[in-house]
Formats: sequence, structure tokens, C-alpha cells
Amino acid sequence: MKGEERMGEAKGGASCGSHQCGNHGGCSEKFLNPTPMLDELESGPWPSFVGGFKELAERTKKPMLRGVMDQLEYSYNTKMGYWKGGLVTVDGYGAGVITRYSMIKDKIPEASEFHTMRIQPAPGLHYSTEMLRELCDIWEEYGSGIITLHGQTGDIMLQGIEQDKVQECFDKLNEKGWDLGGAGAGMRTAVSCAGPARCEQACYDNLELHLQALKHFVGQTHRPEWNYKIKFKFSACPNDCTNAIMRSDLAVIGTWKDAIQVDEPAVKEWIDKNGVDALVNQVINLCPTRAISLEEGGMKIDTRDCVRCMHCLNVMPKALSPGKERGISLLMGGKNTLKVGVNMGSLIIPFMKMETDEDREAFLELVEEIIDWWDDNGLDHERIGESIERVGLKQFLEGVGIDVDINQVARPRDNPYFKAKY
Amino acid sequence: MTSPERTWKTVESGPHTYKEALHPVVRKNYGKWKYHEIPRPGVLKHVAESGDALYTVRAGTPRQDTVDMVRRLCEVADRFSDGHLRFTVRNNVEFLTPNESNVEPMIRELEAMGFPVGGAGNCVSSVSHTQGWLHCDIPATDASGVVKSMMDSLYNEFKHMEMPNKVRLSTSCCSINCGGQADIAVVVKHTRPPRINHEHLSTICELPKAVARCPVAAIRPTVVDGKRTLMVDEKKCICCGACFGACPAMEINHPEHSKFAIWVGGKNSNARSKPSTMSIVAHNLPNNPPRWPEVTDAVGRILTAYKEGGRPWERVGEWINRIGWKRFFEETGLTFDEDMIDSYRHARTTFNQSAHVRF
Repeated sequence: MKGEERMGEAKGGASCGSHQCGNHGGCSEKFLNPTPMLDELESGPWPSFVGGFKELAERTKKPMLRGVMDQLEYSYNTKMGYWKGGLVTVDGYGAGVITRYSMIKDKIPEASEFHTMRIQPAPGLHYSTEMLRELCDIWEEYGSGIITLHGQTGDIMLQGIEQDKVQECFDKLNEKGWDLGGAGAGMRTAVSCAGPARCEQACYDNLELHLQALKHFVGQTHRPEWNYKIKFKFSACPNDCTNAIMRSDLAVIGTWKDAIQVDEPAVKEWIDKNGVDALVNQVINLCPTRAISLEEGGMKIDTRDCVRCMHCLNVMPKALSPGKERGISLLMGGKNTLKVGVNMGSLIIPFMKMETDEDREAFLELVEEIIDWWDDNGLDHERIGESIERVGLKQFLEGVGIDVDINQVARPRDNPYFKAKY
Repeated sequence: MTSPERTWKTVESGPHTYKEALHPVVRKNYGKWKYHEIPRPGVLKHVAESGDALYTVRAGTPRQDTVDMVRRLCEVADRFSDGHLRFTVRNNVEFLTPNESNVEPMIRELEAMGFPVGGAGNCVSSVSHTQGWLHCDIPATDASGVVKSMMDSLYNEFKHMEMPNKVRLSTSCCSINCGGQADIAVVVKHTRPPRINHEHLSTICELPKAVARCPVAAIRPTVVDGKRTLMVDEKKCICCGACFGACPAMEINHPEHSKFAIWVGGKNSNARSKPSTMSIVAHNLPNNPPRWPEVTDAVGRILTAYKEGGRPWERVGEWINRIGWKRFFEETGLTFDEDMIDSYRHARTTFNQSAHVRF
């Protein structure tokens, strides 16, 4: 990873075909042009993306990589971006390739096209090396070799391909089980945490639900037809490691209904090791609803007061586990700043079982109805949370046929301005 | 786009299947894990009901990777974790092995390759960030470079668990903030209205769409040199950049006037407090490539104060809720100013509607 080590590797046979060639007394032996600004990002202990790009470019000698480095260096010097969008896709799809043409191709022709293919990874971002190597080999053959793991959408971002290679690259990837992700006003690629594959807190099989949900909506992923984007994120417990509540329209959060499971010997072991002070200061006092009390030197949890926040389970993972009656909560409407300001998702369905294929089908039927409502009532470029806020939560619940539940609000309204039924 | 010689018929398969990606020990104990512990920074030990143990070694990556780098990670996985690996939503790579004796050699190997092992538990994890000048069509900066600069200075905080609780960072190249809410976020803040290219606007933009995109109704149709175009009421404009996404002829980015703001107290987890959004604590920081020292300095100050003053399990926002914003600004040396008073929708919810005062 050290820049100096790589310097020695790139000697010999480097072509020298670009615009800056000859500026400093003839061609250097390096394939890349000088990038003094970017080179500043090769030093320091954190792994450097610049070092990685240079290594790749010097090995593969792909002109596109030289062009991208030149354009990035130009951006660092001028403090502006130089990519514009367009419409590149594959047969039968209307989304999934993020099109980028250079706005300065007169200056830097080698990166005039630098499109990205969004590829849906396996739920939970689990890989075998066989899967990753297949992906790398195909990508190196057709594209630049730059990969982002992963984009904020949850996709593998294969960055840098020319339009005339997109279809063939996609076909090769598709033969190996990879498909494009979402873009535009449709279903987007989803994100899942590690889930039951490697987490004792997982309250449902989020990986399986993720797979089935995105297969269910695969048509709308590839052919956007709604008001705007809609995103699923699947977190298997309320720690919400996928940041679903903040950044997804449909946040599927694992939870449980019954009492936290307590392993009494492990509680005692924890207290013996950490002391009663730690039990009081780090567990009991930090319970947001004061559901835990100190009792004879141990802890007692009043399940009626518990809101399933996860704090005590996080502190004492060996002693405490989620209850046995597990399922999901659905929150809706999370999105970031533009343009009404940040919207946290809010609770719509307090609890649904999520154990069998029937449970998953019932859930997807509900989501179908929710999206139908949004399709009918939403405005152009309006996320579903914005539609709900504009139309009213009550009207949304009525429209979709979801029961009113006190858990859907932090508290009842504080103003009298409504017309009750009469 | 149709190529006549094409023989492959597309399979609309959606996400890649996951079962074959799981380590055999993961498959065997799927949904039957009992607990986990963190034996050392960057290493998780999960124990299943069956008694099986699984070790995870977590390492930071640049996120903007290459096939060469990914193949090297595959070599590590083949040698030490039976050909299985995964990534976290914060761009860390994880190797899962039931073989405890593989942990130390794997750590040495990763560190020798330049991948720092850490990022688990109460430490600073890798930064969730955006594409920037490398690939985005509306960026004001290059998040990858900002992140590299920040993480160089936070390297030890990634590798050691010395924070009160986990620290999540994000960086975004425009106010859309694709990097997301975080304990500390570095987000571009434009400070001037868009500059309009009247010559091209009507040929590349749908006028009604651009007008509708403005949250404060500052955009109006007009005619310049006989061409239908748009104008911006600069008094009303809040410099959000929403119009630029709909209309590239309304250039919001500016080499000098697109600045950085620092935000704190975002939290996504439900643990203890409800999920919370961020508050702005610094702005007008220069967009200063290639190393953005002003940004790194401001983030460092906040982390130093939090590390010193936070109690166990307090996230940054929870620490501030306890000590109050007054002390937060005193202890970080940052300055509260009038622009940090909310003036947008729901502003009232951020006012102090009480007689609770800190002196």
C-alpha cells in the first residue's frame, strides 16, 4: 500500500500518449501523468484510494484510468466537478447504469465516458471469494477496474465503463447471478445488516426478507415508474445498523413482544466482573424508560415499561437476549435533507410476525398497498414520507387500511384544530 | 442499445443470492448465535448455542477500491477465513473464521498490507461518504479525499477503543447529505445562490421542474436576450442547491463560496435515546484540497472533548444533551452564531421552550 513501493513496479513499456506528455523534457516512463495534488493523499497511515488507483492504472495501462486521474487532479486544482449525466442502460431496463460524460473532454479526452454500473450485492454484504473474483475478472475485462464497496444505496459500484461495453459486461455479470441495482423513480437496492448470519440480536431473518422483497419488486427496480425513489432497509434489531429509520422509506426493524430473556448466572458473572456501580451507572440509569431496578444486588426488568431500545442488551450481550416472540416493526418516511429537511421514519406497523414465507408474503402485500396509495396520492419528486406529511398520517392510514395504534405517535395531538366524525 | 448478436437472455434476478456466500459455520449456526464479545480492537467473537465460536477480524478500506485491492482481500480470505468475507455498511471488510489461531496472523497480514484492523466497539469507525469529484454530477468537493485526510488523523482512534461509545462519521459533497446523519458529519454548505447560464438553460432544463424544485419558491420564469429562462430571488434563496439537481444550468457549486459545515449529534440507533438528527456547530470552513486541514481540525476538537468528557455509552449527542450546548461550544472552542438558530420549517422545535438555563 505504500506509494514508494509501487513507484518501482511501473517501469518499462509505459506508453505516453496524453496531453501532458513532453511538458517536462520528454516522456517519463510512467503511464500516468503527474498528479501532484492527488499524490498528497498517498501519505499517511489510512489506506489511500489514490495509491490504489495509481497501482491499477500502472498495471493495466487503461487510458480511461489515466483520464480519470487527470480529471480528478483538475478538480482538485479548480475545486469544481466535471461530470454530467445522460441515458445509458441495458436491454429492457430503464435504470441501473449511472451515466457520466466528461464536461472537459476537449482537455482530457481519455475519460470522456465514465459510466457506473450499480450491482446488487447479496443481502448483508456477504461474499465468497469465488463471487468476488468472478466480479473482478469481468469488471477488469470490460471496465476500469475501480470498484466502490459499497455505495450509499447499498450497491456495488462498478465505476468507469464506456457505453459500447455496458451490455456485454452486464450479460457476463448476469450469467454469474449479478443484476443491476435501482436508480431513478423506482424501487432502489436495499441494505441489510449482518443479520442472523452472525448476530445474536437478530429478531428476524432480514437477509431472506431482503432477497424476497427485492425479487418481488424487481420490475420496478429496473423500470422506474413511480413518483420518486423508494428504499427498503432491513435491520434485524433496533440497533438499526443499516440506519434504516433515518435513510429509508421502508425501515424494517427487528423487535420482540415478550420479556427480555435473562440468563441469571451470566448476569451475576457480569456484576462480579464489573461491579454494582457499573450496573447502576451503565445499565439501570441509562434505561430510557426506567424499566430496570436494582433488586438485592441484581437487576429486575419490568417488561411493561421496556421499549426494546437495546441498550441493556448491548451492555450485557451474554446475559440478556431479545424475547422469544419476535418479528418486525415497520417505520416509514425516512429521508435526508432535501428539501423539507431531515425526516426520520415514523412507526406505522408496531409488530408483524416474520418467520414463514406466508408472513413474508403478507408483508409484501401490505407494501404493495402502501406503494399503490403513494402512486395515487404522491406528487412528482415526492418521497412517501413527504406525501404522508402533506396529506396527513390519519389519511394515509385510512387510505391503506392500517389500524390506528397509539404507538404511531409520540403523544396525542396538542391542538384542537380538527373535525371529528359526527 | 440492442446488439443483434446478443445470445444471453437477461435474468432479472435482483440481489445476488447469499447462502453460498456464508461460511459453513455461519450456515450451521444461522439464527442461533448466543452472545458476542470484543476480545481486542477490531476483533469480534461470536458464540453460538451449539458452542461453536466464530471470530471476525474487521479492517478499514478506502471504499474507493480496485480489482487489485479486492483480489488481495480475497487472498486473505482464502488463507485465513476459508474463502468468506463480508463488508459493513461503513466500508469495513470483515473476515469470519472459526479458527482462533488464524486471528493474529490475519491481523499481521492485513496490517502489513496497509489495512488497519479496528473499527469495532467504542471507537471511531470508517466514514460513510459520497462520491465527490470522482463520479458525482453535482459535487462541491471530493469526500474521498476529505475522508482519507480525516482518517489519517483519526487512525489511532480507529484502532483503539478509547471513546465513550461508538463514533459514526459521515462526509457529503452537497447538502443532500447522502453520507447521512452521524455523530459528527462534514457536509458541504453552499453560501451563494446559483449562477444561471441563461444561454443554455432552456435547452437543457425543464423550466417547471426547476421552479417546482425550490423549497422557498425563489425561482421564477423570465426572459433574457429573448430566451425563456429562470431567475432566482436572491433574498429568498437559501442556497440549498436543490435546483441544480434538476437543472445543471443553475450552477450552485463555486470554488470559493461552497464551504464546509460540521454537524454533530446524529444517531441512528434506538439504544437509550430515540434516533436523533444533527445540529450545526461550525460552518464557513474552506473547501481546501488536497488535505482539508480546517475540517480535520474541527472534527478533532470535537472528538477530543467528547473523549475526555463523555461517560461510558454516551454517544456524542447524548453527551451534549447532558453537558448542554453552552459547555459543548466552550469545550470544543467552536463558536455559536446567529446562523445556527434554525429559521426553516419546524424551527420552533429547536428553541428552548423552558426556563432551563445553563450558566
